[in-house]
Amino acid sequence: MPYHQAIFDEPIITDIRGRRTTKIPRENEDYDAEIPAIMKRDQIGLGDREEFTVIRHFVRLSEMNFGVDTGFYPLGSCTMKYNPKINDEIANLEGFRMLHPLQDASDIQGALKLMYELSELLKKITGMDEITLQPLAGASGEFTGLSIVRAYFECRKELETRREVVVPDSAHGSNPASSHMAGFEVVEIPSTPDGTVDVEKFKEAVSEKTAAFMITNPNTLGIFEDKIVEMANYAHSKGALLYYDGANLNGIMTKTTPARMGFDIVHLNLHKTFSTPHGGGGPGAGPVGVVEKLKDFLPYPMITFDGERYYNDYIPPKTIGKVASFYGNFAVLVRAWAYIRMMGEEGLRDACETAVANSNYMRKRIQEFMQVPGKPIKKHEFVASSAGSGMPKAGDIAKHLIDNGVHAPTIYFPLIVPEALMIEPTESATKAEMDLFIETVRQTLKLPKETFESEPRNLKVTKIDDVEASKNPKPTMRMARKSNLRLVQQVI
Amino acid sequence: MSNDLTDILKELNIKSPDELFADIPESIRTKVLGLPPGMDEDALRRTAGEYAGMNKTIDQQHSFLGFGIYNHFVPAAVANVIGRNEFLTAYTPYQAEISQGLMQALFEYQSLVAELLDMDAVNSSMYDVSTSLGEAARMARNITDKDEFIVPAYIHRNKRAVLDNYAKGAGIKIREIGFDERGMIDLDALGNAINDNTAGVYAEYPNMFGIIDTNVSKIKEIIGESRMFVAGVNPISLGVLSPPGKFGADIAIGEGQVLGLGLNLGGPVVGLFGTKEQYIRKMPGKIMGLAKDHNGRIAFSMILQTREQHIRREKAVTNMTSNQALMAVAAAVYLSLLGDSGLRKVGKINMGRTRQLIEIAKEFDATLPYEDSPVFNEFLIRLNESKTFVNRIARKYNLIPGYILGKEYGFNERNTVNIVTNVTERNTDEDFNAYREFLREVA
Repeated sequence: MPYHQAIFDEPIITDIRGRRTTKIPRENEDYDAEIPAIMKRDQIGLGDREEFTVIRHFVRLSEMNFGVDTGFYPLGSCTMKYNPKINDEIANLEGFRMLHPLQDASDIQGALKLMYELSELLKKITGMDEITLQPLAGASGEFTGLSIVRAYFECRKELETRREVVVPDSAHGSNPASSHMAGFEVVEIPSTPDGTVDVEKFKEAVSEKTAAFMITNPNTLGIFEDKIVEMANYAHSKGALLYYDGANLNGIMTKTTPARMGFDIVHLNLHKTFSTPHGGGGPGAGPVGVVEKLKDFLPYPMITFDGERYYNDYIPPKTIGKVASFYGNFAVLVRAWAYIRMMGEEGLRDACETAVANSNYMRKRIQEFMQVPGKPIKKHEFVASSAGSGMPKAGDIAKHLIDNGVHAPTIYFPLIVPEALMIEPTESATKAEMDLFIETVRQTLKLPKETFESEPRNLKVTKIDDVEASKNPKPTMRMARKSNLRLVQQVI
Repeated sequence: MSNDLTDILKELNIKSPDELFADIPESIRTKVLGLPPGMDEDALRRTAGEYAGMNKTIDQQHSFLGFGIYNHFVPAAVANVIGRNEFLTAYTPYQAEISQGLMQALFEYQSLVAELLDMDAVNSSMYDVSTSLGEAARMARNITDKDEFIVPAYIHRNKRAVLDNYAKGAGIKIREIGFDERGMIDLDALGNAINDNTAGVYAEYPNMFGIIDTNVSKIKEIIGESRMFVAGVNPISLGVLSPPGKFGADIAIGEGQVLGLGLNLGGPVVGLFGTKEQYIRKMPGKIMGLAKDHNGRIAFSMILQTREQHIRREKAVTNMTSNQALMAVAAAVYLSLLGDSGLRKVGKINMGRTRQLIEIAKEFDATLPYEDSPVFNEFLIRLNESKTFVNRIARKYNLIPGYILGKEYGFNERNTVNIVTNVTERNTDEDFNAYREFLREVA
């Protein structure tokens, strides 16, 4: 059933003014703030309005937004699986919600137990020896992992010579960005026509100068890098560490582990593989697992258990410090814990198998009318290309899909495939939903180019002038007003 | 196996999904991970309830614990909006036309926070205030091409630890300046500390001791145009306190947890991040912008994406991909609900109630090291007792008197306990009574 977007001409909240009806505690008591003159605020500029007005406004905005609970959402590399509702309920329990991070460990034994247990579960899933739950998102996990790489070589007095992180050209953009942020130089290596790392080129690139090799497996084409053990052994023989970007774990979960493949450091995206809601871009959580020899470098505090009680004060001897203010995104961790406990090993295996079967089904059907680069057997996702043979651009296909009630896949990624459509159905898709998507894409390819010029037609807005929006940026109402003022002045 | 999966396997001409994993070498395949068996929803609910029940919540005691995360009132309407499935379960709005609702909400967050901070541009969220500070130091370095960053000796240790990590990778050296006798930034020391390598200076108000540091207003003048002034604020204080924009801040950051996000053991929260118009292209994070569609209608666009990792890769201004978008929406709802009058009110209540508790402390002649300096909703109190004793008496009254500063802050005198006590609008008269009884025994 295609999606039809609600359309409201909803003003900006600061332009909606009225009377405040939300009462705060001690509303009717009179207090005077004694503030030094220089620090006294005069006007604020938010305006007041009624609570019901605020609710109506945000409900209308929400109705102009598509989520995984609205429909099939096959964004490649994002793992938009269904987020079980019980997880939200549990995260909102008073006993979890009303905890302060600086409370004594004796007050928060249940929370520490949950986090400890989640670490143990993730250790089993990844095969790593220790886990920190502190990183706040996938990229935060990458930065954590690469900071550990840095500290490890600093400790071995090799950091001066090990300046490079090797990444495949198909890598997520955050991999090179995180490497750079941790102070490394990035060396990119090409892929072969079958979509996997060119092992010869890999061996040329990896040397005593390499600090780490960073890769996701299955890779961004959805292909399992079957030479991974050979690459791991080679990198290790040069003294480098192996970093596993866990964004694509859903494609192999329970079938193998990063440890088995030879990885030393792993980050996971709990908001992908472990069903925590994406929240329109976050919050996520990016726990990092490491092998034994890197345990001492993990961020503090680590949660420990002596068989009776849980503790939150262990500082690893060579710790990199901290990557977040407190324990990380605790409410996200609670949801992931709930998901894994409810699924159990069988449930996780079933999720992975269904996701991979769905992906291969869609790949097989789409391959009938589009190029799908790389080996035929895929994992959780695959990439189709509309390059050549007069097919529409990937961007046009995407806009046509959303205009016709079907959410678009990720487009123009990975960068190594021209006109890429990156499709990841996840396990949360019925055959009917996948068939509707496939059929809509098939029909789209037959359309004359002119069709796309005026699309989308059925949504709140049509094509947006992104170039102008970035050339003359208006990220806030006050900058928009300034900009209008400038325009008016120019006219005068 | 569901009907659909049976059909799909038939279409793929395979008997078992396991055949789709044949490309994983046998030598690295796993048979059993050893995870516990799954549970039904009801059993899970019961287990989770047990775990939650093992915790003693802030509401089950008299709590004056703040120090970075604050126990403010959260209107029910906030949870209601961020529980909307369309927001909760959406991805980053890469397909703008089908995500206009969220993009407008984030644009409104940016607009509201810009008013609050009195800054031109605000991004659509950082992870937390600590990472905001780390990114601010990197941004100052990028703008000035200088590599020293000055911070107060007294800032939250966790904030500093995160900053140190960010600084390391970027080759930034962190220098510290102390406080004067009023617990404010030592402006003479600042004048001496800046040099040709100074990229920026960070200072906060209220500071780690809760003091409304009036010296912050003079920093920009001292460091000049060529160095970045990064101001740290508690956003809920800005209903009554001057915004950082007024003091010439080039970058303003803050912990948005206080804006209706609740406690949640400290996460998820949201890092505020704002800057001046001329630096917007150096600002990290995703930014929503007001735009027009091809028919001239108002629309929202994710602007300046060429700064970001998915396009610029290693040259990106930050590696950030996921952010805290939903928490930004929560903050927008909170600010909309309270508005100017509510924020003023909540600021006055926090200051007034804190003042009342300070008066109680004075009744007992407790040592208040910065007694004459104005505070927002936290103050430092010094007790000449052992930590063990203080903790025992606190427990006796079911009280958390605040955060006890330890040797990590240079407080290591024996038989002296330094506590940062926080008071919010949620603290009741019963809480105050518990604090009074506590002081009667320890002060």
